[in-house]
Amino acid sequence: MPEVTYREAVRDALARAMREDERVFLMGEDIAEMGGSMAVTQGLLEEFGPKRVRNTPISEMAIVGSGIGAAMQGLRPVVEIMYEDFLTLSMEQLVNQAAKHRTMSGGQLSVPLTIRTQGGAGWSPGAQHAQQLEAWFVHVPGLKVVFASTPEDVRGLLWSAIYDENPVVFFEHRTLYPIKGEIPDELEPIPLGKARIHREGTDVSVIATGRLVHEALAAADEAEKDGISVEVVDPRTLQPLDEEAIIASVVKTTRAVTAHEAVTRGGFGAELTAVIQHGAFDYLDAPIERVGAKFAPLPFAPVMEEHVIPHAADVLAAIKRTVARA
Amino acid sequence: MATVEERAESGGKGVSEEVLRRFFREMLLIRRFEEKVEERFRAGELPGFLHVAIGQEATATGVCAALERDDVIASTHRAHGHAIAKGTAVERIMAELYGKVEGCSHGFGGSMHLYDLEVGNLGANAVVAGGIPGIVGAALAFQTRNEPRVAVAFFGDGATNTGTFHESLNLGQLWKVPAIFVLENNGWAESTPAKQHLPLPVDELGKRAQAFGMKLIEADGQDVEAVYLATLAAREHAVSGKGPVLLHLRTFRLTGHYVGDPQIYRAKDELKETRETKDPIELLRARLELSDDELATIDGEVTAEVEASVVFAKAGTDPKPEDALKYVYA
Repeated sequence: MPEVTYREAVRDALARAMREDERVFLMGEDIAEMGGSMAVTQGLLEEFGPKRVRNTPISEMAIVGSGIGAAMQGLRPVVEIMYEDFLTLSMEQLVNQAAKHRTMSGGQLSVPLTIRTQGGAGWSPGAQHAQQLEAWFVHVPGLKVVFASTPEDVRGLLWSAIYDENPVVFFEHRTLYPIKGEIPDELEPIPLGKARIHREGTDVSVIATGRLVHEALAAADEAEKDGISVEVVDPRTLQPLDEEAIIASVVKTTRAVTAHEAVTRGGFGAELTAVIQHGAFDYLDAPIERVGAKFAPLPFAPVMEEHVIPHAADVLAAIKRTVARA
Repeated sequence: MATVEERAESGGKGVSEEVLRRFFREMLLIRRFEEKVEERFRAGELPGFLHVAIGQEATATGVCAALERDDVIASTHRAHGHAIAKGTAVERIMAELYGKVEGCSHGFGGSMHLYDLEVGNLGANAVVAGGIPGIVGAALAFQTRNEPRVAVAFFGDGATNTGTFHESLNLGQLWKVPAIFVLENNGWAESTPAKQHLPLPVDELGKRAQAFGMKLIEADGQDVEAVYLATLAAREHAVSGKGPVLLHLRTFRLTGHYVGDPQIYRAKDELKETRETKDPIELLRARLELSDDELATIDGEVTAEVEASVVFAKAGTDPKPEDALKYVYA
């Protein structure tokens, strides 16, 4: 089991898919010679050449839109939107076109397109380079949404996204690129729609995504010192959602905390909370707690940014609030 | 669809009378279809809302006749003529307008989302310019596989003001994809006239191509032969690897933006004059010197075809309500 970074794991999935399947190609801004602004695609131009690793103009609408057309005609494009903030520039193609061609055509067409992007705060870029917008896309029927938190997961999920017949918006988290983890020698695809239980526990379930999975695991270690047993569940795929695994966890623990870096209001935690209260209502011993960013555009000054986004301490405080209600 | 023989006949100079008569028949079929759609809509039989292309039949027929069957198109909200010209049977289009399973989008699309993959119709789009970038991608797929096919986007003058248009033509030219961008310039963006939404004189809108270093081909959009020959030239340019073409067709909308549009924004004398002088079907009829009897024969045939499409559509199958969720995911 080699140890690789999250960044290398993404690259490995892309490279393997491109080696095995000539339909797979990459498009995005600065992904060729530069290897991507996050260095994810480094070395791929050298191996696969400029027709399969395509630098594009700064044209998010055309990047996603041409990916749609190529996908409809039998290719397997993986497009990169440099920052998820810039997904907003491609929304029309994502929401009105990619998501809807299949239904509008009465099942004649499918759009097997993967849209990779990344975001996340903690490095003071200010308000337009670190948002977490994943919840927007969960609201659109026809799109699948993935948010991977570990090297093993990001590789296996990206493979499944590339080979899914539907458009998949694939979120990576900037601060996770350097983290390391063991991955199997052979790539094992991870099916979309399957949650992962990172840590088993009996008192509280924390359902966390992205960076907050790691914050939740840190909070769980702290809670354990106080005798609180925390289960940490990462849905990994936000749409389709593994409701069964999440409900089963809360039925067991009787308390739930949702945690993500995106703002709490209207965030994915709201959907999780609704799923949990409906599926585990008779088992709940405390109100469900939601952890997320405060409701503000991300400010620049590090002390303010730190204040806005959630950390392990916020997850721990939420865990303790749920336990205090028992 | 064009055949090799027809191309030989045209010889780059003109089109045989036989072919022109076939164009005439198709244009009249589109006209009678559109008129029937207006009638059935006003009778309350058709849900949603509709945009007809009366006056723009020559662009649909002329462009699609110059394409091969496996070339693909993306259409607009004004889609019926394009769908007919690309080869979908009128009964399947009419059935779609009635929301029936037998419709070309099986009742999921409606007037603004006519699809027919079998004949290369990748769908009509209700978002202005929404179909253009997908055509760049489809053309990229053809280029990648070295297939001698072209991808064709229809759009209007209004679409040339969107970022989508500029991003798409820019990328298409950069990568020299085999695409034809068909600008059906009718001088109206819904109710807004060209002088209020275009920074260029309406007849000079083809200059947009210069910004991308793109090949421009222009033709009178009311002259089906000119449109056909221009499209053949555009197709030849695009498939030969020289890059995409902006095909600028000046055309005229002889009705409102949508069925029921009172056109309070349009001068009555302008509309009257346009109808009298710019009707592509009347222009072609005069050129072919069709006698009243000949016209009556053709009209009788296409009218019967349209009437039969209504009978077919009304006898069609309603989708089951729960089918609504059938195609959300593949």
